[in-house]
Amino acid sequence: MTPALALERITCTFVSRQDRAKRYTAVKETTLVVAPGEFVSVVGPTGCGKTTLLNIAAGLLQPSAGAVRVLGELLVGTNTKAGYLFQSDALMPWRNAIDNVTAGLEFRGIAREAARAQGEEWLKRVGLSGFGDRYPHQLSGGMRKRIALAQTLILSPQILLMDEPFAALDIQTRQLMENELLELWSADRKSVVFITHDLEEAIALADRVVVLSAGPATHPIGEYRIDLSRPRDVAEVRLTPRFLELHTEIWHAMKDEVLKGYAQQRQ
Amino acid sequence: MRNNGNNLALRFWQVLVLVGMFVAWHVLTVPGIVPPFYFDDPHKAPFFFGEPLKVLSRIWDWFIGGDIYRHLGVTLIETLLAFVIGTVFGVAIGIWLALAPMASAICDPYVKALNAMPRVILAPIFFVWFGLGMASKVALGVTLVFFIVFFNVYQGVREVSPVVLANARMLGASRGQLLRYVYLPSAMSWVFASLHNSVGLAFVGAVVGEYLGSSEGVGYLIHQAEGVFDINTVFAGILVLTGFALALDMVVTLVERKLLVWQPRGGETERI
Ligand SMILES: Nc1ncnc2c1ncn2[C@@H]1O[C@H](COP(=O)(O)OP(=O)(O)O)[C@@H](O)[C@H]1O
Ligand SMILES: [Mg+2]
Repeated sequence: MTPALALERITCTFVSRQDRAKRYTAVKETTLVVAPGEFVSVVGPTGCGKTTLLNIAAGLLQPSAGAVRVLGELLVGTNTKAGYLFQSDALMPWRNAIDNVTAGLEFRGIAREAARAQGEEWLKRVGLSGFGDRYPHQLSGGMRKRIALAQTLILSPQILLMDEPFAALDIQTRQLMENELLELWSADRKSVVFITHDLEEAIALADRVVVLSAGPATHPIGEYRIDLSRPRDVAEVRLTPRFLELHTEIWHAMKDEVLKGYAQQRQ
Repeated sequence: MRNNGNNLALRFWQVLVLVGMFVAWHVLTVPGIVPPFYFDDPHKAPFFFGEPLKVLSRIWDWFIGGDIYRHLGVTLIETLLAFVIGTVFGVAIGIWLALAPMASAICDPYVKALNAMPRVILAPIFFVWFGLGMASKVALGVTLVFFIVFFNVYQGVREVSPVVLANARMLGASRGQLLRYVYLPSAMSWVFASLHNSVGLAFVGAVVGEYLGSSEGVGYLIHQAEGVFDINTVFAGILVLTGFALALDMVVTLVERKLLVWQPRGGETERI
């Protein structure tokens, strides 16, 4: 079966604007393949190059070397098959919630009435019906993430790229949203790349966890199949013996890299 | 409750200051109330500073007699035209230069020079080009408004959040749609933020233009009165212009509230 998304031997080197001799290789020779309907979590220490990798998959950034294939075809320009949930706030502040949710439909030229109806439907699905006329600054961080999720999912992308979407949320809101995400995902099984620096979150959500090394020259250092049964409740699954086993195993492999990343950050 | 009381007291003091100033003006200028202490002749003070009662009666005559409306109308139309035309050009050229780094680099010194130039000196040229009618005043106002709007739009487009932009692209926006749905609203928010400035300058352009040469408008009234040393009419014109500018500013504040609902404002909670 053709993979939904394949990053093939991706290398990404940033050149400093001030001094062209100064370069930083964020990602090196990284290969990542996501099967149709698969939920892959990518974990790695902060600053290792996770966002860079996702931007390359989205076609927002050109890799220095390597290729991206989407459903078997070489990616040129932005990845139109993918929806992207950004790490930081990406809603248009001058549009209210419903207009943000329907933005993608509007770009596709779908009639206003039809778009609004779908938008209301999605607001309901993310638990925010009745909040359509609020502007982003009038919503909490968790609500904004939900709007962003609805904004992305309303277009029904085949591939979903998520960059630490819940990192800024408090733990309760976060678990609620993780469960919501799993529920929405189970409805039509998109291929998901879920970036996080939180190993527990990665295991609780994914079919497969990919561990990245610390930067520079980040590359995958391990891959683990998560054989926990679905449907899952992210709070409960954390208490099962199999979860703890997997966690211990992966953490053991990651620990050195995390410490390395931490030491680099402190310099 | 307390807040309301405070407001009332504040209003009271504000009105008192105004009344106080008029009383002082009256006492110091009308001959025979206080002995002259600066001028040697008691009629010199009203000659230079006018007399408030005569000034007010002149304003009264203007509004009751209806002479003033035509002039106010002309000034208002010039102001609005200057504002609209200056804004349209400012937005268009601001967006264009912000998105074309090469053109922007080439134009940079000229934009700086034009902005640094005291643009009121263009008035004589505009009189030659557009005559003494409204057009020359509008042109003067446009040169003042344009740069304010232009710089704000340029800034606004440059400072669009890269994440918001990337998100719009991922949602499928074409280049034209990015312009319409991301760059333009972002730039407009900066334009609205400078609305007070640009409307104010459009007004300045209109009045100064009228003052320098015209046959209509409040600036013309002032100029004419000055020509015959009618200082009371000059002051009346100044007071009318001030009131008019205040009214214009209030309208701008209302419009601003409507247009910028999406921007966070301090303290939106309700006290019970
Ligand atoms: N545009 C850029 N120019 C130069 N360096 C960059 C750029 N983007 C990211 N980097 C560097 O690449 C590394 C990885 O960044 P990023 O992908 O954002 O990390 P993560 O998302 O894992 O926290 C960081 O060290 C960062 O400083
Ligand atoms: Mg990141």
